Amino acid sequence: MSESATPVEDAAPTSPARHVDAELAPPSAGNGLMAVFQRRYLLRLLVRREISARYQGSFLGLLWSYINPLSQFCIYYFIIGQIFNLRQGVHNFPLHIFSAIIIVHFFTETFNAGTRSIVRNRQIVQKMAMPREMFPVATMLVSLYHVGPQMVILLIACLASGWSPDPVGMVAFVIALLIIMVLGTALALLFSAANVFFRDVSSVVNILTNLVRFGVPMIYTYEMVDDRFGSFAPYYLLNPIANAVLMFQRAFWVGTADDPDALIATGMPDHILERGLVMLGVSIIALGIGQLVFSRLENKIPERL
Amino acid sequence: MGEESIRLTEVTKTFTLRYQRTAKQVAVAKMRGQQTVRAFNAVDQVSFSVQQGESVGLMGLNGSGKSTLLKMINGVMRPDSGMLLTRGRIAGLIATGAGFHPQLTGRENLVLNAAILGMSERETARKFDEIVDFAEIGDKLDTQVGHYSSGQSARLGFSVAIHVDSDIFLADEVLAVGDRPFKRKCLAKMEEVRDGGRTLVYVSHAAGSVRRMCNRVIVLEDGRVGFDGDVDEGIRYLKYDDDRTENMPEGMEDEHDNDSEFGAEL
Repeated sequence: MSESATPVEDAAPTSPARHVDAELAPPSAGNGLMAVFQRRYLLRLLVRREISARYQGSFLGLLWSYINPLSQFCIYYFIIGQIFNLRQGVHNFPLHIFSAIIIVHFFTETFNAGTRSIVRNRQIVQKMAMPREMFPVATMLVSLYHVGPQMVILLIACLASGWSPDPVGMVAFVIALLIIMVLGTALALLFSAANVFFRDVSSVVNILTNLVRFGVPMIYTYEMVDDRFGSFAPYYLLNPIANAVLMFQRAFWVGTADDPDALIATGMPDHILERGLVMLGVSIIALGIGQLVFSRLENKIPERL
Repeated sequence: MGEESIRLTEVTKTFTLRYQRTAKQVAVAKMRGQQTVRAFNAVDQVSFSVQQGESVGLMGLNGSGKSTLLKMINGVMRPDSGMLLTRGRIAGLIATGAGFHPQLTGRENLVLNAAILGMSERETARKFDEIVDFAEIGDKLDTQVGHYSSGQSARLGFSVAIHVDSDIFLADEVLAVGDRPFKRKCLAKMEEVRDGGRTLVYVSHAAGSVRRMCNRVIVLEDGRVGFDGDVDEGIRYLKYDDDRTENMPEGMEDEHDNDSEFGAEL
């Protein structure tokens, strides 16, 4: 903004007022999601800081982001697979669970940490002028960063089970990630602002994330939903996260079957990519609403912290 | 003078006081017919305009709305009504401490703070040593800011803010926690900023340093502009001119000591 202004060091006291080459503007302008991506350097700093701070002071450090999903995987596999014996008749049940866990974990991490992000950074929010959307967006990116190692494990497991990638699957993979990124940010925006006003919100989010775990085809297959839900199955598919999980499974789990086409016919809904795109659209609308509500509430955030 | 740097037109900021926080408390209070919320204007229909290069002393008693006003000029808060416009980059300190994250080290906070104030990566790298030198926090740079004394974190905050190449510098009671040598250094640096043609808004209770730094005083009273004009008249308006009264709040004494020293130097 003020590049044209003379640096203070060289400024002679003889020229009192420096010329500022900028328009009069509200100082709090330039906020919002657009501003977040214009200030990439700051965003990068926040993300890097968050990555190192998340497990700060813990002995195992970054290993926790492997242990966490891995322990969930073990629980689901043994309880649901072995004791409930749901894995019978399901092709490669461990991969079915694990591909879903990645998406669910990405979403819940974004949602949970995002909701707390503003309150946790209150020292900065109260005193520095910056787009506050920065914090929810940064948490989403941190969660995305943690998807990386899990993807490596998933790919190794896939290759070990004779996985053959296909173009539709890869497109589905990208759309699935995009849905969670956009939807996660939308909800993180909404709930992080709400959390400033009522700290109860983070407890509500806990319940919601629990619902998410059971509302997606992770420990059960979509085939069962289709089978037992009957005419309600279409409503089940109105959940964007369930769609993202299905698309992720379409990309990885389906590819490990001997006859992928048969598995797609029985275990996947029709028109999966089209559905995904619609859900992505829904998520983008949600993001717009999230931004709108956030801007409305933002005005009162510093005083209510 | 030249162009306008800050312009406020009937700026108002309303705070809502909530006496009860939980649903139970609210319900009980409602049943008893007690008030549950109260709105008041922390800043009430304030209008003034500051020219580029002016240095304004913002004075007033505690709770008169100085910090709220500064937060709005800074962009941390938005006015509820009225219009507030500024020109160029703004840096400064709000209510002594900067926005530091207690779990991060001084170094990390410095970089983050500089980035929030709009410094680029290269600019930060170029000024890093200068900022650290000025703050004089030495080997504490790599310890968590949570372990700093209030003076130390104020030093670092001030140092970052003053080294930003801003067009408007806001200083809110920066000298309240620093020790005497540091105060002297801060004032000298702020004079440099002022003489460089930057707009300066300086909040202080110390008549002496306002006299030294500013060429205009605005006095706030319960969120309204009570006085706007000449420095000496403003200080007299506030009855801060009789320097050594018994009921002078603690801490101000110290700053006054300092000022008298400066008076001698000048």
